[in-house]
Amino acid sequence: MKHSTRMWTGMIALAATTVFALSACSPSGTQTPEASDSAGGLTPVTLQLQWFAQAQFSGYYAALDQGYFADEGLDVTIVEGGVDIVPQTVLADQQADFAVAWVPKALASIEQGAGITDIGQIYQRSGTLQVSFADQGITTAADLTDKNVGNWGFGNEFELFAGMTKAGLDPATDVTLVQQQFDMSALLAGDIDAAQAMTYNEYAQVLETVNPATGELYQPSDFTVINWNDEGTAMLQDAVWANTERLASDTEYQDTAVKFLKAVIKGFVFARDNPQDAASIVVAAGSQLGASHQLWQTNEVNKLIWPSPDGIGIIDTGAWDQTVAVAKTAKNLEGSTVITTDPPDTAYTNDWVQKALDELIAEGIDVTGTSFAPIEVTLNEGGN
Amino acid sequence: MMRLWRRLGLGALSIVLLALLWEAYKAVGPAGGVDMAGLQLLPRTTDLAMPHIADMVIRALEPVNSSAGSAPVWIAVLLAGVSSLGTASVGLLIGSVIGVLLALLMQRFRLAESAVLPWLVLSQTVPLIALAPLIVSWGGRVQIGAFEWERWMSVAVIAAYLAFFPMAVGALRGLQSPDAIHTELMRSYAAGWWKSLLYLRLPASVPFLLPALRLGAASAIIGTVVAEVSTGAKGGIGRLIIEYAQSGSSDPAKAYAPIAVAVVMGLIAAGVVAALGLLLPRYRRNEISA
Repeated sequence: MKHSTRMWTGMIALAATTVFALSACSPSGTQTPEASDSAGGLTPVTLQLQWFAQAQFSGYYAALDQGYFADEGLDVTIVEGGVDIVPQTVLADQQADFAVAWVPKALASIEQGAGITDIGQIYQRSGTLQVSFADQGITTAADLTDKNVGNWGFGNEFELFAGMTKAGLDPATDVTLVQQQFDMSALLAGDIDAAQAMTYNEYAQVLETVNPATGELYQPSDFTVINWNDEGTAMLQDAVWANTERLASDTEYQDTAVKFLKAVIKGFVFARDNPQDAASIVVAAGSQLGASHQLWQTNEVNKLIWPSPDGIGIIDTGAWDQTVAVAKTAKNLEGSTVITTDPPDTAYTNDWVQKALDELIAEGIDVTGTSFAPIEVTLNEGGN
Repeated sequence: MMRLWRRLGLGALSIVLLALLWEAYKAVGPAGGVDMAGLQLLPRTTDLAMPHIADMVIRALEPVNSSAGSAPVWIAVLLAGVSSLGTASVGLLIGSVIGVLLALLMQRFRLAESAVLPWLVLSQTVPLIALAPLIVSWGGRVQIGAFEWERWMSVAVIAAYLAFFPMAVGALRGLQSPDAIHTELMRSYAAGWWKSLLYLRLPASVPFLLPALRLGAASAIIGTVVAEVSTGAKGGIGRLIIEYAQSGSSDPAKAYAPIAVAVVMGLIAAGVVAALGLLLPRYRRNEISA
């Protein structure tokens, strides 16, 4: 049977190739939580982030690196996000114990049925800007008239739309809206007059770019920014979210929530007092961003948190109400709002964060940062 | 052997030509690009939009960032490429097995063919980005004993989802390819389905399977990269494409390194399939072109 031996040789070759391919497969840095492990009696906890490891999440990584989670008896696994990962959904599906998400996006998820609760408002202010070249003279929302206005869409645009509406502009007719990529090339190339940017990321990117006219990096004086905190349409951003159902009934989970918040707050206090170390921790966690960019991001994130007069993590009723009001009224281009009705009472609670703060204050930790002063960060080309 | 060298030389030459074309357009093209009635026809030629090839190469040789112990970009992207290639191989393997099994089912039962084939076509119209979060979410629920579902496995499943389609269609065509005269001969020998599968249909399907495998391998790699972008699976080339693109305006040359590696991954996959074909010359007498 000459025929079949040949065929079997072929099949064995095929099998050998696939086995070889399999053995070559050793994906590095898998990120699945080891939920079943409770090493040394620690409670396993999974935290879902919105994006890759970067200094935006400095406090969480600092808490992990400095052992604050372990001190509280928690074995925390930080799961990074991705383009299509929605932390609120992951949390509502109970595939994570806690999640970091922006308040408006979480409100939209709650309206769609996700049972999640804001238990710690880490960022006290919004970090979203609208950046333009200084010669455009765009300093307020009203100046956007007849300009090419960039926005990211996907629920990131509502502060901008609310700001324009508040300034008496009709976003549909008075400006030209441009869908923006997540880099700043369109602003630099002139396709966009006013581009959306986070203080801690995209704004730094333009300042890391060489100005072809001078041969040196762009300077802050080359740009003007609209800050939505000043325009009064800012919405709350990074917060720690917990599963509402478990928070209501599971005393162990409540206990874990307080411990988790304590460690996270200590992590952000560490990042406030040691920005350089916090930036290094995030780089060690696998961030690909450059060192100066990372330090800038740590510093800008600190500015969004500190000072926190009521204590970091406390949800300020005024800021919350403003977020809800904008979420209910600001219409985007499709005419839709973030939410249509008021969120349920379970959407946020200060109970657990207050408990955590009380314990931390008793330990002598400064949770308000009244004397906080940001550092000066020099950005290098490419953020390196 | 000479022919192989000639082909490799031609391949290298085409890369050089592409690089020359890039630089030539960059040199003579208008900085603002060419647009007609607001529609961009030709790209801008600024360093931001089109970095010099030399800058890309130099950037690839420099460290990823200035933090201590940072590996050069080319090593980082190469490691990521190896990891993604591994994931894609797993995906291709799963996809091939499923594809061939489906083809066998469809060949064996005419009813199955009319029932399953439309679903196969439908399956490929589901957008990948809609599928990726779902598969990650389902995967997160899988936990059997010590076995933990990891995110790269979701990526491999997505790669398999793309790869099984060309395999199923190709294998079905191959299994159905023997002429009636051959199948009738087998029948006259009183050979059952298994026997005729082993001695007639499988050997006859090789010329169809190899091009299908080539398509499947390309699909698996595309699926892997897109799924890595979508789910943020760490360690892969898709993740690096996103991370480097984030600094696209301040460090434009960096973003091309992972793209180059993604292309190399495709070439490697095609090469492996071609090498597989060399092992099976007996069955490729009248190979159809993909």
